[in-house]
Amino acid sequence: MTKYASLLFISGLAFFLMVITGFLPIGNSPMLVGNAILDSAKDQVGAANVVTSVVLAYRGLDTLGELSILFAAASVVGLVLTKSSFNKSPKEIEKPARIESEDSGFVAINAIDLIFPLLLVVGMYIITHGHLTPGGGFQGGVILAIAFSMRNIVRPKQKSVDHGVVTFIEAFAGLSFIVIGLVALFSQGNFLQPMLDQGQFGSLWSAGTIPLLYLAVGLKVGAELAGLILALNTDEVND
Amino acid sequence: MMNVTIEGLLYFGAISLSLIGLFGLLASNNVFRMLLALVMFEAGANLILVLSGFRENGIAPIFLGDNAGAVMNDPVPQALVLTAIVIGVGIQALALALIFRVKKHYGTLDMGIIRSKLEVEIADQAGVAAPGSNQAPEVVDVTGEAK
Amino acid sequence: MIWIVALVVFIMLAAAIAVLVLENMIAAVVAASVVSLALTVIFALLKAPDVAMTEAAIGAGLSSLILAIGLKRLGYWKTTDKSNVSSGDNHD
Repeated sequence: MTKYASLLFISGLAFFLMVITGFLPIGNSPMLVGNAILDSAKDQVGAANVVTSVVLAYRGLDTLGELSILFAAASVVGLVLTKSSFNKSPKEIEKPARIESEDSGFVAINAIDLIFPLLLVVGMYIITHGHLTPGGGFQGGVILAIAFSMRNIVRPKQKSVDHGVVTFIEAFAGLSFIVIGLVALFSQGNFLQPMLDQGQFGSLWSAGTIPLLYLAVGLKVGAELAGLILALNTDEVND
Repeated sequence: MMNVTIEGLLYFGAISLSLIGLFGLLASNNVFRMLLALVMFEAGANLILVLSGFRENGIAPIFLGDNAGAVMNDPVPQALVLTAIVIGVGIQALALALIFRVKKHYGTLDMGIIRSKLEVEIADQAGVAAPGSNQAPEVVDVTGEAK
Repeated sequence: MIWIVALVVFIMLAAAIAVLVLENMIAAVVAASVVSLALTVIFALLKAPDVAMTEAAIGAGLSSLILAIGLKRLGYWKTTDKSNVSSGDNHD
């Protein structure tokens, strides 16, 4: 019964969406804001990648909101998944935790050991060249997160990633993003306005504070997602 | 190269993808399959957003050496979808953590059993009698004792 | 050109239906990752390289990893092969 009601709702919604997209100018979008940004992005921001300048300079507040959503999701995962020790007696808490799962096979362990430095290099390259080529903090941060969390997945019994260091990196990167924005607010009047002179267009040291902001975003996203996967993966068993 | 019929085909594909995801979210019987349908739904919604800023024969919005006057796609929906994809994966991890707790509390991932146990729990908290049917499943208290 | 786009859209929709229909949960997670792959190709055809790179790194990398961890901890990591050990990670 639920399936037929859902099918009726879905078909009505499909008809509604098809009618709406039938009236859109397909293939020739008006781009009122986009044209203004494309005309002035080269002079105002100085980054070769227009999407980077939109993410960090024209809509920088949205990026700050996205960082806070990720922070909220990661902290709720940490809250939901910890074992509460409020109701246990002191004798129960003192017993050491035993990890149940074993190491992975030969192929997985050696593949991760061989690929790990390459993943680090590719991740840092994508983060630091975000204003020149397609890429940026989010893509490189995800690659870094995968590199660090895979080391814990293939060897669950060894402590491969220190949880305190990951938390410290995430907090420091998030704080530096906000501090750069506040310095821009107090020195130039707008929060997260690109500062520092724009160097030569197209070289690595260009576009002011944009590479620094993307570095902060990349480290924060990478550390946060690595901590998230580590929290999902621990299966300690207290006897 | 890319003309109107190709983009019409892509709009049809994007709308069907998100509607398949919505249908799976409404009518699936297993909580983990609801999470997979949510992944589909988010992917379809992101594709609709990127399609809205497409121009015929447009190139990528990056200033290379020699394309100063070429027609470029819209950079604003691409920037919004960039953050939307990352937020999506954060929400998937959060939903998975909640599914772990549901499995731990109810012992199963079947939606029918969870719904009936929820009705009994809510009725117990409110102090009224549970809604019954002539085919009610056996109610087992969550600490293991059978009622 | 239109045949390439039609083929990719067909693969995407077939894999999306397969996510809801298949009974084995491992196959459903693999079909979800095929949908992400087709979506990456479509983003590359639409000349949006940032979005294609993000979808490739996240959809085919991190999302599949998170769903596979979920499969393992929820007890779905098994095949229907009754002749051998039922867990999926025997290495001999």
